[in-house]
Amino acid sequence: MTYASNIENPRTSIQYLAGQVSPAVSLILILLIISLVSSLFGTDLIQLAVIEMLVMVVVVVGLYMFIGNSGIVSFGHPVFMLLGAYCTAWLTLPVPFKQMNLPGLPLFLAGHQYNVFLAAIISGGFASVFAGVTGIVLMRLSGLAASMAMFCVLVVVHMVYANWDAVTLGLSSIVGLTTYVNVWVAFGWAAVAITVAYIYQSSRLGLALRATREDEVAAEASGIHIMRQRMVAFVLSAFFVGVGGALYGHYLGAISVSTFYITITFITLAMLVIGGMRSLCGAVMGTIVVSVFVELLRELENGINLGGIALTIPTYSQELGLALLMILILVFRPKGMMGDKELQWPLGIGMKRRLRIRERVEE
Amino acid sequence: MSAIIQHLIDAVSLGGIYALAALGIGLIFGIMGLINFAHGNFFMIGAYVIFLMSGRPVLIVAATTLVVVILLALSSDRFVFRPLRGAGGPTLLIASFGLAYLLENIILMIFGGRPKAVDFGHGLVESVTIGSVRISQLDIFTIATTAVLLTGLTLFLRKTRYGTEMRAAASDFRMARLLGIRANRVVATAFAVSGVLAAAVSFLLVAQTGAVIPGMGLIPVLFAFVATIMGGLGSLPGAALAGFILGFGSVGLQIVLPHDLVPYRDAFLFTLVVIIYALFPGGLMSGLRRQGGERV
Repeated sequence: MTYASNIENPRTSIQYLAGQVSPAVSLILILLIISLVSSLFGTDLIQLAVIEMLVMVVVVVGLYMFIGNSGIVSFGHPVFMLLGAYCTAWLTLPVPFKQMNLPGLPLFLAGHQYNVFLAAIISGGFASVFAGVTGIVLMRLSGLAASMAMFCVLVVVHMVYANWDAVTLGLSSIVGLTTYVNVWVAFGWAAVAITVAYIYQSSRLGLALRATREDEVAAEASGIHIMRQRMVAFVLSAFFVGVGGALYGHYLGAISVSTFYITITFITLAMLVIGGMRSLCGAVMGTIVVSVFVELLRELENGINLGGIALTIPTYSQELGLALLMILILVFRPKGMMGDKELQWPLGIGMKRRLRIRERVEE
Repeated sequence: MSAIIQHLIDAVSLGGIYALAALGIGLIFGIMGLINFAHGNFFMIGAYVIFLMSGRPVLIVAATTLVVVILLALSSDRFVFRPLRGAGGPTLLIASFGLAYLLENIILMIFGGRPKAVDFGHGLVESVTIGSVRISQLDIFTIATTAVLLTGLTLFLRKTRYGTEMRAAASDFRMARLLGIRANRVVATAFAVSGVLAAAVSFLLVAQTGAVIPGMGLIPVLFAFVATIMGGLGSLPGAALAGFILGFGSVGLQIVLPHDLVPYRDAFLFTLVVIIYALFPGGLMSGLRRQGGERV
C-alpha cells in the first residue's frame, strides 16, 4: 500500500528515498565538514588528528559491519589491521629495502613495488581471505565462545608475526612506508566504508544477519543459514578493517606488531561501544567523540599553558580516561550514545514523523 | 624414564597454574555469565603487591597480597559489575575488558612499563633429587599450592553454606533467588573466592618468573579463558581438567616441536584450541553430560 502511494506521489517517493539514504549521507556530510574545516583552517597537529580519526572511522565501521549486525563481540578484529598493514608494507616498500631486510618474501613481492591504492585494496582482500579461512571454524561458534576464539586468533597471528623475522622483522618496526594518507584519502575510504556498511545493513543479507542477532532460533526457523550470513559479514568487515590497517600503517609511516594488539583492540571497541554498537551512526559518532576525547587528554599529557600556569596530567591519563569513560557509558547508557537509532536528514525528522507524513499523504 | 617423569612434573605444575586461573574465571562465569578479562589483572596487581612488600616475612607478604587482591575483586564487583547486573554477556565481557585496561594503566602510571625484578622465592631454586629425578622446589611448591587450593575449594563448595549457595546459584540463578539466596552476597562470595585463587596465581607466577611487568597477566589469563571454555563454560571440574590438559599440551609441544618452531608453541596450542571449540562447541565435559539431552 505505502509503496504504491509512493509511486503515485513523486514528492513522497523522493522523501522516501531521501529518508532511505539519509543516515549514510548525513554521516558522510559530517565527516566532509570536519575534513574541510581541518584542511582549510587546522594546524598540522589538528590535521594529523583528523586523518587518524578518519582512518579509525574506516576500521570501526568495518568492525561494526560484523559486531553491529551479528551481535557477536569480536576481540579479534585488529588481526585484520595487522594483516593489512604488513601486506601493504610488503607491497609498497622500496625494492632494495625489501631485499635487504625481508629476505623471506617471495619474488613477486620482493622484486616489485606496487601502487599504494592497489596495495590498499589487495591488503583488504588479503584480510578478507584470512577471514574466510578462519571463519570456517570461527563462524560455527556463538556468543562468548566466538568472542574468545577470535581473541585467540589475534594472539596466534600476533605471535607468528612477532617471531617470523624473515618477512616481518619480528618485534622491530618496519619503517619507511610512504605517508600518502592525507585528509582526503582517509575521507574517501571512510565514505566508501560508510556507504558499503549502510547498503549492507539495509540489504537482504544484512537484514537476515540482524534477524539472527535478535533470535538465532527464530531466524534459523525462517530459513536463514546463520553461519553463511555471519561469514558474509565477517569477510566484508575484514576487508575494511584490513584497508584501515593499511591506511593506518601509511599514516604512521612505521609499523610493528605491537601497534596492532591489546591497545588498539581496546580503543576500537571503546569507540564502537561508546557510540552504540547497534547503529552505524553510533560507530561513526563514537569514533569522533573518542578521538576528540583522546586527543584532548593527549594534549593535556604534553602540558598546556593556562594563563601562565602550566597544566600537565600524568602519562597514561589518556588510557585511564578512556577506560573510565567506557565503563561509565556501559553502566549508565549500555546501548551507547545512539542506541539503535540512525541519523535522519533533515536532522530531527525521525522515522515516526516521516511515517506520519506518509500516512497523511495517503489519506 | 626419569626424563618423562620430569616432563610430567613440569606439566602438572604448569597445568596447576592454569587450572587455578581457570577456576577463578569459571566460578564467576557459572554464577553471572561473566568472562572476567580483569582476572589477569588481579594476578598482575597481586604480583606488584609482592614486589612492593618484598623483603618482609613471607606470611605478612602473603596476607597483604591476599587482602589486596580480594578487596580488588570485591570492589570491581561492587563498582563495575553490580551496576551491570542483568546486562547481557557481551556487555559484561566488554566491561571487564574495560576494567582490565583501566587496572593495567593504573599500574603503568604508578610503576611504568619496564619489568621489575622481585626478590621472592629465591630459596625455591634448589632442587631435590629423588632417585634419578631432580625436582625443583618451585615445582613442589606449585603443585602443593595447587593441590591445597583445589581440595580447599572443593570442600568449600561441598561442605559450607556459602559453597552450597554458590552451587545453587550456578545451576539456576533465578530459582536460587526465589528460594531466598541473596544474589549480591553470592556474587560477592564468588568474587572473593576468585580473588583468593588469583592471589595464589600471583605467588606462583612471581616465583616462576622472578619479575613483574604490567602485561604479565595476559598470557596466563588467556590460557585460563581457553581452559574455562574448553571445560564447558560453568563446569568447574571441566575448567580444572582443561587447565591441566593445557599444561600437558604446552609441555608436550615444547618437547615435540622442532627447535625453530618452539617460539610458536603457544600459537600452535591456541590454534588447536580454536579447532577443539569448533568440534565441541559446548566444551569437553558437555559432550559427556548432555548426551541425548534436549537442545533447541
